[in-house]
Amino acid sequence: MLRASARRAISSIQWRNSQPTLQRRGYCLGVLEGGGSESVRRNRSRNKLLPRERVDRLLDPGSSFLELSQLAGHDLYDESLPSGGIITGIGPVHGRLCMFVANDPTVKGGTYYPVTVKKHLRAQEIASQCKLPCIYLVDSGGANLPRQADVFPDRDNFGRIFYNQAQMSADGIPQIALVLGSCTAGGAYIPAMADESVIVKGNGTVFLAGPPLVKAATGEEISAEDLGGANLHCKISGVSDHFADDELHGLAIGRHIVKNLHMAGKQRATNSLSSSLQDYQDPLYDERELRSIAPTDHKQSFDIRSVIARIVDGSEFDEFKKLYGSTLVTGFARIFGQPVGIIGNNGILFTESALKGAHFIELCAQRNIPLIFLQNITGFMVGSRSEASGIAKAGAKMVMAVSCAKVPKVTIIVGGSFGAGNYGMCGRAYSPNFLFLWPTARISVMGGNQAAGVLAQIERSTKKRQGVEWSQEEEDKFKSKVVEAYEREASPYFSTSRLWDDGIIDPADTRKVVGLCLSASVKPVPDDTKYGVFRM
Amino acid sequence: SPDKTEGNRTRSIEKILIANRGEIACRIMRTSKRLGIRTVAVYSDADEGGLHVKSADEAVRIGPPPARSSYLNASAIIQAAHRTGAQAIHPGYGFMSESAEFAQLCEAEGLTFIGPPASAIRDMGDKSASKRIMEAAGVPLVPGYHGNEQDIDFLKLEAEKIGYPILIKPTHGGGGKGMRIVHGPQEFVESILGAQREASASFGISTILLEKYITQPRHIEVQVFGDKHGNVLHLYERDCSVQRRHQKIIEEAPAPNVLNEFRSHLGEAAVSAAKAVAYHNAGTVEFIVDTLSGQFYFMEMNTRLQVEHPVTEMIVGQDLVEWQIRVANGEPLPLTQSEVPLSGHAFEARIYAENVPKGFLPAAGVLHYYHPVPGSPTVRVETGVEEGDTVSMHYDPMIAKLVVWGENRDAALVKLKDCLLKFQVAGLPTNISFLQKLANHWAFESGQVETHFIEHFKNDLFVDSTDAIAEETSNAAKLGASLAAACVCRQEQLALKDNFHGGDCLHSLWYAHPPFRVHHSARRTMELEWDVDSNGIDSKLLNLVVTYQSNGNYLIEIGDSDSPALEVRVAHLGHHDFRVDADGLSLDVSLALYSKDHVRHIHIWHGNNHHHFRQTIMHKQSTDDATDHKPSFEMASHPKGSVVAPMAGLVVKVLVNDGQAVEDGQPVLVLEAMKMEHVVKAPCAGYVRDLRVAAGQQVLDTTVLLSIKND
Repeated sequence: MLRASARRAISSIQWRNSQPTLQRRGYCLGVLEGGGSESVRRNRSRNKLLPRERVDRLLDPGSSFLELSQLAGHDLYDESLPSGGIITGIGPVHGRLCMFVANDPTVKGGTYYPVTVKKHLRAQEIASQCKLPCIYLVDSGGANLPRQADVFPDRDNFGRIFYNQAQMSADGIPQIALVLGSCTAGGAYIPAMADESVIVKGNGTVFLAGPPLVKAATGEEISAEDLGGANLHCKISGVSDHFADDELHGLAIGRHIVKNLHMAGKQRATNSLSSSLQDYQDPLYDERELRSIAPTDHKQSFDIRSVIARIVDGSEFDEFKKLYGSTLVTGFARIFGQPVGIIGNNGILFTESALKGAHFIELCAQRNIPLIFLQNITGFMVGSRSEASGIAKAGAKMVMAVSCAKVPKVTIIVGGSFGAGNYGMCGRAYSPNFLFLWPTARISVMGGNQAAGVLAQIERSTKKRQGVEWSQEEEDKFKSKVVEAYEREASPYFSTSRLWDDGIIDPADTRKVVGLCLSASVKPVPDDTKYGVFRM
Repeated sequence: SPDKTEGNRTRSIEKILIANRGEIACRIMRTSKRLGIRTVAVYSDADEGGLHVKSADEAVRIGPPPARSSYLNASAIIQAAHRTGAQAIHPGYGFMSESAEFAQLCEAEGLTFIGPPASAIRDMGDKSASKRIMEAAGVPLVPGYHGNEQDIDFLKLEAEKIGYPILIKPTHGGGGKGMRIVHGPQEFVESILGAQREASASFGISTILLEKYITQPRHIEVQVFGDKHGNVLHLYERDCSVQRRHQKIIEEAPAPNVLNEFRSHLGEAAVSAAKAVAYHNAGTVEFIVDTLSGQFYFMEMNTRLQVEHPVTEMIVGQDLVEWQIRVANGEPLPLTQSEVPLSGHAFEARIYAENVPKGFLPAAGVLHYYHPVPGSPTVRVETGVEEGDTVSMHYDPMIAKLVVWGENRDAALVKLKDCLLKFQVAGLPTNISFLQKLANHWAFESGQVETHFIEHFKNDLFVDSTDAIAEETSNAAKLGASLAAACVCRQEQLALKDNFHGGDCLHSLWYAHPPFRVHHSARRTMELEWDVDSNGIDSKLLNLVVTYQSNGNYLIEIGDSDSPALEVRVAHLGHHDFRVDADGLSLDVSLALYSKDHVRHIHIWHGNNHHHFRQTIMHKQSTDDATDHKPSFEMASHPKGSVVAPMAGLVVKVLVNDGQAVEDGQPVLVLEAMKMEHVVKAPCAGYVRDLRVAAGQQVLDTTVLLSIKND
């Protein structure tokens, strides 16, 4: 049925009956059918759409699409290569023009022929000139191996794709990858080099070498899904940021990513924070409930999302890397119409959480989106495993990102603020534009009990060296004194009295206070963010 | 002060408090405003911002949503009247309208109660007392025995005097409890014993009464009006026979198939009834009419303005609320009996939020889309809600009353059917299509109405299962889906153009119609779900493919169907209205769109049809599994089902026992580390095995705490 309607779609165009147009009509009819009925059928059986249908689902409904070089690859090789095996073109998503680059897996498995590379690079060239965000719909076996000499080595060959991605990202042109099929070898770098990427469960895979090559090289036998599927990349490796249940979900996430780009790209130079919508919705949940959300017992954890839901417009929060490093919650939202990036704690910072935080801060800095930190942090994870995983340098990356990001920052300490967690989460030393406390806040280098334990150990060994007896009673007394001092000094009233913050607020006023702070922090021209050396 | 009471006696009402809500409150305010009388609304928390609150000059909150703490809270209402300086209280219908205590309280507080005297309310409120008064006044009563003698043999003799079938009713209580229909003498003894038992169990008193049972009754009521000078007249009758769950849904005036002689007898009986209790203000005398014998009998008197009063207003050309206020002011009735005109015929259809297939159960929800027919001198829409309002569970779920008038019954019925077709509500289930079926039924068309009408014709009114009808409805739905798809495409494009246009002509090119494609036409697919039967059990998925043709038309194809492609031209007329041209037929359609719980609802009204389709909107975030932190170390070294400590720490609490069954994700123990408590959850459902730790124990990360096994 769809085939028939495709033909009708083409024939409904008013062609004049001159010889050249009839010829053109024939050519177009051919390329629009992709790699032929058999491979189209196989594609559908995997619950995959054709590349033009994928683009249609991303575009604003009923909007135009300026497709480029539809007849690329026509009569170029011995075998036919409809549209050069890749669809490129320009169209609007949430009102913002984007460049689409979509592999056609029905044409030679989506592999890159020389003309495929050329068409891909031409699309990037246009995107770069016009400052159009790029959306890569990846479903490709990588370079066409028999033609590697014409695809791989030269300047304008395969490698140039990633060079362009890096250059455009540096220019602030968003690079978004949707992994809808396989993404092998060189192709793996398209999502890996992207600012944000989505991967579809079951169909999407990203790996440098597929299962056959892995088996040949190392003898390891593993399925494609376990080797580089959505679960692995969203939860463990962090190569991908968004987990999609199926292709339509993946495409819907793609639209959401573009919606959250806000200031990125070409509008950046013209205006700063004024992209805020005139209309905004109140949170769906009662802000007054914030008063009872943070438990007074600091050992009790609570989901920071319950705070976020009560301060952002319409309680709408688009999470970034939800499944990875899940003790840190990051995502995009709006407050009184102003786009913001929110970073909140849901537990101890692990290596992955810190890397996720650094990545998210970079995204916000690039898009000139203000950052809101919701601190409830006992610190970075300690212990041998953690140290071996390089938690110190992961934490350093987050601290570097926080320090250098030149966007307005507002920190609200809703619970604990201990040790280096205070640094990574934009404590006072990191010059947030504003820093406020909830009455439930606690600030100190470490917890009272931990400090007492450490100090008692030192005291005992000093006493031992001096040959002085130290009774249990004396030790307990020593410890409780330390605990008491820490307890007193950690109090939000101790802090605010010494101007370590800008005041204690009623939790129910958080949304209002953050909104006022944001309004006061707006600069007419955003500052450029530059980073120091990230320790990798 | 004496000065003030003097003033009160002579001065007309200048400010009225309406102790009601919804359409009746709005309707009373409309007349009040026309008369230059200021209005005060009262409202419960559920009605804050409701139409009756907005329509009033002033509004006073009287309590929380439940009626007994708000609209039935007499002292709060009286207080509101004093606070705003209202001189009179109009009770509307329901709530306080038939409370003699409230009427008395108003008078005691120096407030005019716009209604009958408290004594009349009390007399008519007592079933047996009212019957005694009526009997004395010569108003015909249903033959029966109402005496104290309860001897079975005596009662049996009485029953034979009345004639079978007989209805046995307890003297106390109500709600049908203890009622028995007896068709012949052989059933009598058994039935009476059963009725007495049930009455005694339910109401503590076993006395019963006997009445003639009328097999084919009609419910006809007479509007009466009295003033404080002893004048009483009637404003003809209404037929309210068509009922469901003992509630009226279509009323009409005058009653169909009734001779003028009968009409005047009925009116005279009603006037006698009212006079017998020294009635003034608006009231309704209800009669039961035996369609077999043509006899009518007094049932009860409603001492208030009725819901269905507008049908009477339409045929006599009077405003009954204005009459009520004038009578309350002490004025005489504006007309005499002979001056009361009778012109044409009027219907009222009550539009309810209710679930017709589920036994007319009340429905609640948001009125996402509400476009009643426009009013005119012959069409009245009495409504108390607006688009976006919530129909709450706390009160009667009536959305509106549709009242139409015509030169005669046939003309009025044509208008009623037309208005029902054009009455557009979306967001919650309504009885509109059921009302359409009623209005189109041959028996209703010929005026053969009786109280059991719906029960009698239930096969015609509820069932539509014949193959021919199924085929027809399926085709209509496909057409509806096609037209809806085309209109949705048009609507979305217009919205996008407005949103992103921003005065930039070049940018708006991207939203030009039809959308541009290189060497082909744009297409899009739409999956619309349609309920095949009204119960929502059997639904069908329609896969539509829309091709944007170069001439601006939409070519619609429906997958898995042999129906040919349909070319649709769409012109937007404004708001929700479109003119579509499909297969040579041009017609107006209306479209309503709203989203709820990740589903987009599309309603379309086309021709004689109203269709509702659902479209699933992509779920935003994966509701996927474990968002808990899983450290990136290898866990494969432990056997399947092992629960390992996520980090080094102290076991604070063990929440399960060895051997206990647990659910997936159920908390199993609490660990304290890094100054925080961490809840460890079961990775899968199963039974706890090898529980190796206890509270107070220090564990290392990757320590196996327990396992979950399936056996």
